Amino acid sequence: MLRLIGQRLLTTIPSIIGVIIVTFLLTRVLPGDTAAYFAGPAASPQAIIEIRSKLGLDQPLPVQFVSYVTALVKGDLGQSLTTGQPVTKDLAARLPASAELTLAGLLLAMAVALPLGVLAAVKQGSWIDHLCRVVATAGVSLPVFFTGLLLVYVFYFILGWSPAPLGRLDVFASEPPRVTGLFLIDSLLAGEWETFRAAFSQLILPALTLGIFSLAPITRMTRASMLAVLGADFVRTARASGLSGSKVIGTYAFRNAMLPVVTTLGMVFSFLLGANVLVEKVFAWPGVGSYAVEALIASDYAPIQGFVLTMAILYVALNLMIDVLYGVIDPRVRLEG
Amino acid sequence: MTITRRTAIAAGLAMPFVARSGGAQAQAPSRAETLLLVQEYGPNSLDMQGIGSSQPVNGVALNCYDRLLRFKPVPIPTGGGNQVSMGELEGELAESWQVASDGMSCTFKLRDTTFHSGRKVTAKDVKWSLDRACTIGGFATTQMNAGSLEKPEQFVVVDDNTFRVDFVRKDKMTLPNLAVTIPFVFDSELAIANSGGDPHAKEYLKNNIAGGGAFKVESWKPGVETIYIRNDAWKSGKLPQLRRIIARDIASPSTRRALMERGDADVSYGLPPKDFKDLLDAGKVNVVGVPIPNGVWGCYLNTQVGPFKDVRLRQAVAWVMPYEKILQASLFGRGVSMAGGTAPKVAWPQPFPYTSDTAKAKALVDAAGGPFSTTLYFDAGNATVAEPMAVLIKEALSTIGITVEINKVPGANFRTEIAKKTNPMVLNRFAGWLDYPEYYLFWTMHGNNSIFNIAAYQNPALDKLVDAARFASDKADYEGNVIDFIKLVNAEVPMVPINQPTHDVALQKSIGGYQFQPCREPDFRYLTKGV
Repeated sequence: MLRLIGQRLLTTIPSIIGVIIVTFLLTRVLPGDTAAYFAGPAASPQAIIEIRSKLGLDQPLPVQFVSYVTALVKGDLGQSLTTGQPVTKDLAARLPASAELTLAGLLLAMAVALPLGVLAAVKQGSWIDHLCRVVATAGVSLPVFFTGLLLVYVFYFILGWSPAPLGRLDVFASEPPRVTGLFLIDSLLAGEWETFRAAFSQLILPALTLGIFSLAPITRMTRASMLAVLGADFVRTARASGLSGSKVIGTYAFRNAMLPVVTTLGMVFSFLLGANVLVEKVFAWPGVGSYAVEALIASDYAPIQGFVLTMAILYVALNLMIDVLYGVIDPRVRLEG
Repeated sequence: MTITRRTAIAAGLAMPFVARSGGAQAQAPSRAETLLLVQEYGPNSLDMQGIGSSQPVNGVALNCYDRLLRFKPVPIPTGGGNQVSMGELEGELAESWQVASDGMSCTFKLRDTTFHSGRKVTAKDVKWSLDRACTIGGFATTQMNAGSLEKPEQFVVVDDNTFRVDFVRKDKMTLPNLAVTIPFVFDSELAIANSGGDPHAKEYLKNNIAGGGAFKVESWKPGVETIYIRNDAWKSGKLPQLRRIIARDIASPSTRRALMERGDADVSYGLPPKDFKDLLDAGKVNVVGVPIPNGVWGCYLNTQVGPFKDVRLRQAVAWVMPYEKILQASLFGRGVSMAGGTAPKVAWPQPFPYTSDTAKAKALVDAAGGPFSTTLYFDAGNATVAEPMAVLIKEALSTIGITVEINKVPGANFRTEIAKKTNPMVLNRFAGWLDYPEYYLFWTMHGNNSIFNIAAYQNPALDKLVDAARFASDKADYEGNVIDFIKLVNAEVPMVPINQPTHDVALQKSIGGYQFQPCREPDFRYLTKGV
């Protein structure tokens, strides 16, 4: 098993190298002049030249690439100009925020989507099937910034149930001692209930927004794959053998239908992690998505490269995890090196 | 009640809402002395002299560092707080100051005060800081030069408590330029001790405050929040009432507005003009607007290449500009129109003698050779205001036979675009920190061809008048020069002024003491919070 995982990891090295080269080149062909942007208002041409040479942007591309890779090997992703901090530090601070939000949103979506999808498949054509269709269509067609603003408007502005959308914690709460970077887990580890409560109540609305958005693919995938499995021979056999309905669906059908669902979950998770910029903006969530977009607007190379690289590595890790999970769900699946 | 799994989950879900009121009460004492500011984005450094510092860093410099001088607060004519008077200065670190009888130097007596570190502020620190601003390069050096503060030899330590600035020429902007957010004073010993060999201690000062201002930075998380805490030992002014300021970065303007309307945030900067107008109309929070001194939205017409080389076409654009429509539709009335000026005044910005008059404009276009097509550029970062403006201009110009294509340029590209100086039409807002007409023209129309001279205007006659006004010591001479160059640009229109935007701030009714500063960042030192 471990050897297989090791072999799988080896095959990912070329793709990571590819990602490094492509992001480096892509950021360099971006239009816009970083030096002119950061020289600020009223900069003289001479000041811009000074900044350009300070950033090393006056060097030829191969030289820039070599210095980038040399730094990368040492674990240095460079300095962000937009936040003024090392990119590794920024990402380390922001990735857990995105991960916590995305995980919460995904769990929420799963809690609704899986039962809904299963029921829709079992009772095909019934009202619950139609409900499933409506929920999925609505979820995917409402843009996240709209859902987010709507939720803020109703639950914060009108009803006042939800706390002010000020980010991960209320302004008067203090961060729990950092272990994982996920506030919910860290506050529990430290036994700080007050902080847990504060972090949890801040998380509800953005997680709900993300959850609504990711409902659609999960519900539809669950339904489709359940339908395929329910029509299979072994289910008919199980039914014919007189097994109870819940046993047939829960044990036989559902487990077999899980494979494509898990794949979808993996895709949705990695997609959401980097792509929930708008949710991050609306809820002032200090995540990686908005970080990357702000860097992009400013033609700030280092954070963009760092972000893409991190995402690529996460994606590889996630896919590996899903492959391993396949084997757990369905022992017939073999992990091939 | 037995605890089942179901009740446990229900209790867990309800917990965030149930326990809220208790928590808020326990924190009440700190809340009264704490101000919550919500802004679009926060500082990217703590050192305003450093290269690449963003606009909010001015606020850090203002509140955490002292300068020799500061601008004197004067009431905003329309009420709501104070603005500054450019010509009147008061001492910050300087207890008193005296310009020499020959007018070629100024001697400052320093206040007996200390840095956050507890060390006494000395003339040596002032020299180190001003030397640094003049030699570090980038914006800081450019700004120093704008007030004829050009080289370290100008800054002289007389003794521990006495400091002298020698002038290279008589420039009335020299003293005001000592009050802007660049020439602030560092604790030089602390900075040098942590510099790691860098004469400017750039890396250390970027991440640490080494000064003696009214506030210290308690915590700084770039892109998330900055927390300021009062320096109780501050002696360079009246001790601020607020003990703690939390400045959170909230990117979405809708969220910031909701926070203000619900009363959860105390102050918000940088909302779209429409939100300010709505907040003002709703009356729940105070909106204080100050027409940005020395600031104007202008349509720059390229005088060197393209159709607008012809002055008649530039005048045509000025005659057809829909001034009033733009003010209402893009600024929602939060500004002052620049149409229909009568006699030139000693002021900037001021209305040019043009109004929306299609017939006159059409005649000029016909005389210059009839219809043509051109492109209008603006910075996508300003789209909220600039986009409706561009659309209205396109619509108006189509009536006189000029077809306009609109090109929205992303932030990082905009500087590159305007630096090319080949774009026929560009919408831009420029605001100078020092409120003098010649200062504005020096940046935007002078032959030095700074990046903001987007029209690439070159006219030795104008340069002569602007330079003469800048260094004129006689009031009548000065005013004569200003009136002359205003008349000149009125006729030449390298830039059609559209309107002077208002700098708006939304404050809860309990917040008092609003102080507008030319750097347009919040000054926490004057703010008060009622119960």
